[in-house]
Amino acid sequence: MTHPNSAAIREAALRPLDGAGAGFWALLTGLSLITAWGLAAWGYQLVHGLHVTGLSDRIFWGTYETNLVTFIGLSYGGAVVSAILRLTGAEWRSPITRLAEATALVTLLIGAVFPVIHLGRPERLWEMFTRPNLSSPLVWDLIAVMTYLFATMVFLYLPLIPDLAAAREEYAARGGPRWRVRLYDRLSLGWSDAPQQKRLLEWGVGVMSVLIIPLAVTVHSVLSWAFALTVREGWHSTIYAPYFVIAALYSGVAAVILVVAAFRRAYRLQAFIETRHFRYLGFLMLTLGLTYLYFTFSEYLTEGYANTRASVEVLGLLLQYRFAPLFWSFVVGGVLLPVALVAVPRTRTAAGVTSAAALVVAAMWLKRFLIVVPAEALSLMPGGLAAYRPSWVEVSITIGAAAAIPLLLMLFFRVFPVLAVWEMEHGGVQGVPARGDD
Amino acid sequence: MSDNSPDHTPQWAMVIDLAKCVGCDTCTVSCKAENRTPPGVSYNVVLEMELGEFPNVQRYNVPRPCMQCDNPPCVQVCPVSATYKLDNGIVAIDHDRCIGCRYCITACPYGARSFDFGEDYSGEMLGFNDVQAPEYGVDRGPRRRALAPKGTVRKCTFCFHRLERGEEPACVETCIGDARYFGDLNDPNSVVSQLAKSPRAFRLKEELGTGPRVIYLN
Repeated sequence: MTHPNSAAIREAALRPLDGAGAGFWALLTGLSLITAWGLAAWGYQLVHGLHVTGLSDRIFWGTYETNLVTFIGLSYGGAVVSAILRLTGAEWRSPITRLAEATALVTLLIGAVFPVIHLGRPERLWEMFTRPNLSSPLVWDLIAVMTYLFATMVFLYLPLIPDLAAAREEYAARGGPRWRVRLYDRLSLGWSDAPQQKRLLEWGVGVMSVLIIPLAVTVHSVLSWAFALTVREGWHSTIYAPYFVIAALYSGVAAVILVVAAFRRAYRLQAFIETRHFRYLGFLMLTLGLTYLYFTFSEYLTEGYANTRASVEVLGLLLQYRFAPLFWSFVVGGVLLPVALVAVPRTRTAAGVTSAAALVVAAMWLKRFLIVVPAEALSLMPGGLAAYRPSWVEVSITIGAAAAIPLLLMLFFRVFPVLAVWEMEHGGVQGVPARGDD
Repeated sequence: MSDNSPDHTPQWAMVIDLAKCVGCDTCTVSCKAENRTPPGVSYNVVLEMELGEFPNVQRYNVPRPCMQCDNPPCVQVCPVSATYKLDNGIVAIDHDRCIGCRYCITACPYGARSFDFGEDYSGEMLGFNDVQAPEYGVDRGPRRRALAPKGTVRKCTFCFHRLERGEEPACVETCIGDARYFGDLNDPNSVVSQLAKSPRAFRLKEELGTGPRVIYLN
């Protein structure tokens, strides 16, 4: 195939900034209403207290922790697709890096709200900063998430600078709108494509690509330790940190596929984002899915074979009794089916891979729920099983948060170019020569 | 309590004789009344534990207050240091500092902590919201006020406010079988010190190394 030329890339990246059709406004209104409903539910919870949730003194962490782990997990796609593929010089990634990095930032922002939503006294959150107890894994969480959030912003911003300069020139030439010219002018920091600037930018992006990987790994490791460092059966496991990281990568790549598919269609980017992009991302997802299945098997075999009373109880709950329908739905719908969709050549199309990704995102929420809740359902002391069913408040907040992700992405890409123009034109920041793939 | 010198800090401990516990739940009820705990919060419960397999089964009623561990797993995980060990051995919660993350509930191996979800008994009893127990000697006024420990984690305090008045914890005072003993472990002549040396004495989940201050006799 022939590579699209610079003018075509520029046109495709900047055109969507101009006007929006009725579809955009309809979707924007719909998503805003759902998000507003979620915010209203949060307001209701703030006024009435946490007893409006389905939580109890036995199951005191539930949907909000599940959401926290799930949404922050989705942000991993940005780190992998951008950083790892950048470092390995995988040239095909350049049209989707911007989408991946923006997805990372938005999902992380939404995920980072859930620790606040889950607090009994959110107004005292500042105490985490003024008198942190450094021996608490939750303080490590805070530090890791804040650092990762900052790094994600920088990682998104750096390659954006030349594109903002391009947008500035475009809108300055057209003479408006004024706010766009001013915004792009401020944010592009006087970029003029000078060799010195290029060298600095390439250096900066290179450093961030290396940095973002350990930061991402740290975040989910620390999140997993919040569970694994307790003495609870089902949580207390050495495999938890890598287990969480693989889960995050798996769902993160799936999230990137969904976002790429949506914007490819909405912004008509088929000339740049081809079927092969879905195929490559699909293979990445397949590998991670099988790795996750292997981790799951290893974890439960280790727990179950020892045959201690507590481990048998936890496993029984998951594999045979109360949570078995959810667990087997995850195994079939969240791993086997998506893997099959990608593995079979007939379904390895853009639509097939996108469907697989949708299954993965939904099923990985379920899996996180199965990590958080069953371990609490079992009593530490003599006593029966505890029950938990999310209340309408928890469901509303979850759906509202999920709707906020596409909403924020839509708004973001009304203001910022959807394609990494500069990177596509320059054949990668690392200076890796473009390959005539496919 | 033989040592009455002013610089002497008692090391509070409780002994519960399981052979004397009849499982009447009076301690649970008196604890709720004394501490005026809201729905879903019980500082003390009586658990039923079965040992052995049929036909050689022994059933115990195990009253479970907070163990006031010497090495409390709940304290190290609190992100804002809102829970800590007092000089007298009691593990306390600062309800004005607790952010309600519930991590300490996760960490406690005894299930001794519960979260105040903000409910009350206003539909079931008169005046529940008018008065709160002066836990740790702090008058918190009516429950509807901001000073109420709603949205924070709550736990047994060994009735700290009663100890300050020279009284025993409510569960000890009301136990119908006199199954509970309370006193100072620093005093070798105290009843709890003597009973702690009994060959019948054991602690819950000793293998975890938490060092509970509640000693059981079986």
